[in-house]
Amino acid sequence: MSLQATWFVLICGLWSAYFVTEGFDFGVGMLVPVLARTEEDRATMFAAIGPVWDGNEVWLLIAGGATFAAFPQWYATMFSGFYIALLAILVLLIVRVVSFEWRTKSAHAAWRGLWTWVNVIASYGAPLVWGIGLASLLYGTPIAANQEFTGSFWSLFSVYSVLAGLAVVALFALHGAVYLGLRGRDDAVRARAQALAFRLAVPATLLGAAFLVATLVVGVTRNHQGVGGGLVVLVLGVVAVLTALVCTWQRRPALAFGATAATIVLAVIMLFVELYPRVMVSSSAFANSLTVHNAASGHYTLTVMTVATLLLLPIVFAYQFWTYRVFRVRVSGETPVTPGDILTPRGGRPPDPPRGGAPPDA
Amino acid sequence: MPRRRVASAQGLWEHGGVSTALELARWQFALTTLYHFTFVPLTMGLAPLLAVMQTIWYRTADERWLRLTRFFAVLFVINFAIGAATGIVQEFQFGMNWSGFSRYVGDVFGAPLAIEGIGAFMLESTFIGLWIFGRDLLSRRAHLACVYVVWFGTWLSAYFIIAANSWMQHPVGYTINATTGRAQATDVWAIFFQRLTIMAFVHVIFAGLMTGGFVVLGVACWHLLRGRNIELFRRAATLAIFVVLPVSVIQLGWGSELGVAMTDVQPMKIAASEALWNSAKPAPFSLFQIGGFSASDPTPAFSIEVPGLLSFLATNSFTSEVEGINQVQAQEQATHGPGNYVPDVRLAYWSMRVMAYLGTLSLMLAIWGGILVRRKRLLEARWFQRAALAGIALPFLANFAGWILTETARQPWIVYGLQRTAAGVSTTSSTAMVGASLGVFVGLYGVLAIVDFWLMRRYARVDPPEIDDAPTGGAPRPAPQY
Repeated sequence: MSLQATWFVLICGLWSAYFVTEGFDFGVGMLVPVLARTEEDRATMFAAIGPVWDGNEVWLLIAGGATFAAFPQWYATMFSGFYIALLAILVLLIVRVVSFEWRTKSAHAAWRGLWTWVNVIASYGAPLVWGIGLASLLYGTPIAANQEFTGSFWSLFSVYSVLAGLAVVALFALHGAVYLGLRGRDDAVRARAQALAFRLAVPATLLGAAFLVATLVVGVTRNHQGVGGGLVVLVLGVVAVLTALVCTWQRRPALAFGATAATIVLAVIMLFVELYPRVMVSSSAFANSLTVHNAASGHYTLTVMTVATLLLLPIVFAYQFWTYRVFRVRVSGETPVTPGDILTPRGGRPPDPPRGGAPPDA
Repeated sequence: MPRRRVASAQGLWEHGGVSTALELARWQFALTTLYHFTFVPLTMGLAPLLAVMQTIWYRTADERWLRLTRFFAVLFVINFAIGAATGIVQEFQFGMNWSGFSRYVGDVFGAPLAIEGIGAFMLESTFIGLWIFGRDLLSRRAHLACVYVVWFGTWLSAYFIIAANSWMQHPVGYTINATTGRAQATDVWAIFFQRLTIMAFVHVIFAGLMTGGFVVLGVACWHLLRGRNIELFRRAATLAIFVVLPVSVIQLGWGSELGVAMTDVQPMKIAASEALWNSAKPAPFSLFQIGGFSASDPTPAFSIEVPGLLSFLATNSFTSEVEGINQVQAQEQATHGPGNYVPDVRLAYWSMRVMAYLGTLSLMLAIWGGILVRRKRLLEARWFQRAALAGIALPFLANFAGWILTETARQPWIVYGLQRTAAGVSTTSSTAMVGASLGVFVGLYGVLAIVDFWLMRRYARVDPPEIDDAPTGGAPRPAPQY
């Protein structure tokens, strides 16, 4: 396998890692208004993702950095071209990060409600935009011969890309519900999450399968692909999503979580299989498309990056594995959700600032 | 708005020439970088202090150190979250607003960014989660190890970012590919380990330690002033003074060594930051001046100078020659063709002075604290406590000034001698788009700053938590309750 192809596969793997891990924490965020009836329920739900969402998001930073290093032209064209979409994602991710931190910092219902809703909206918004944006790489956007994007924000919208966005949202919601069913203490939230997963499974399966089929069709018609490779992934993807459906119905949360994770990975693989060897299809002239060859860094940089990644990635996997083992105990609303809660005795209220203390330098 | 700030703003506007999208993209990068670098040095400096605090508790079983660890951990994590969130903006901006730069040098510049993510940032983020949420799930030793990994991760992360920035200051280890016409890496060791990187990295680490140290000192003094938790915060203040005193001394010397290293690679930066229009031998150091900041008005109306000091700072000799702006401009024109290679001199001059003067002030504060600790008079020294509280601002302002100097005095280059800033900007982004994005970030970051300040103030003023769950000494740990 050429170095360019290796890096194409690695970047596919990094996006998969991002979507599988952040997918369930996005999903939990989406389900807060559906599953939580009391503040304690909300605390339980946020506690279930508290220790891990931060590390999950780093996969995005790594996917971005790897694209920059290995395929600078892809990075430059995509990020400058999909400007408004990426700006929206940045805003959504930033407000989501702080909403985790700030939600519990005041007991006021309005304050908590505000940051809860910020988290919910961002948890829907970011996956939707990612789905639309990544699908547009395959569907094609206007790209000139000098590799510059010549379209507008609306170039990202097609029936296919919107279907992809909705499929990502539905799969993440199911992934999150299954995760809560797997991890929640045996309480009302877990029972409701399992019941909801049962109902979400059908629409998520339909949307997921529709995305896989549509990706094959778009790959063949718009990116001159053969049917063979995509068909294999399609079959695997449909098997995975049906397994998720059956396991959810049979209330086998661990298997169901594995199956939703596999579905998400196969959906990403499907997109990348249909893309290769192109990384951005040009809708203005097919020859203008960016490929793993005309967008890549030189041989030397790719070699250095490969060695560095081979050295570092196993270490990352090792400590990530250890982290999930450490946190595998079932969480409840009493586990600290945000760092500020460290100051709080278990089950207590957040500390109030001292009364009567003058402001520091008034 | 003070007149001087308006003037420097105009300086920025004049530079790139015509493109407004370029100017807006520069403003966005400048503002988001300074904002990001408010939080980063604090985490870089607090991490080792937290590690020391927790280690003392681990070894002595003195619960006061555990309470201090948890108290400052909250401040640490509030800042880490915003630092991480705003860091993604920094990475994405290279593609969004600076795609010309990304295309031209991505082959070289992308590698340190990618390796930072996979080698350092992932480490930090994961182990902060383990450290914060895992205290009941890990053994005491493993929990202590986590904070050391976090410390290592924050510094390693800084190293890769500084390596990337130093490459923009002084590109090495590359060649221009004849076919693509773009930069291509040829020597990874030169890119990652050039002298400027090492010099700048240590400078930034010291800046981080001063930031963390002065924040701990200031917060501790707030409590001492009010006579609250004295036995805890006397210890915290003493620890902070132990850190900032040596670091402030070394930082002044190190900063001037970095100046010498910079003189070798970017003579214009030093000439501009001294407003030295013509070569001088020996060159005096200007402490303060009015006027003298433009080519048409090269002589200050008023100035205070120390003879020969600039020669010493720039070359380590009191008598050697320092090149002036006009001479470097002529050399640059000979090398790179006609054009204006002079950065905003007023901005360079004052950012250098703000940084150096605040550094000196920090040193004086640290010495004052050191004397009080030695005489065991820290608790009674009300004026010192007040000064230390105000001193929280010193490292942050000095950090800002340092980056303003480093980045604006490199102009008109985005990669020194290789690519002009005007050529680095995205050609696809319209003024409206970049303007909208700048507006969004100013609004969003403004709200974040207000809430963050409010949170920091609130959590800096609570009483450190009582320890209700921690074992002391070798006592068996209670089982986690779920």
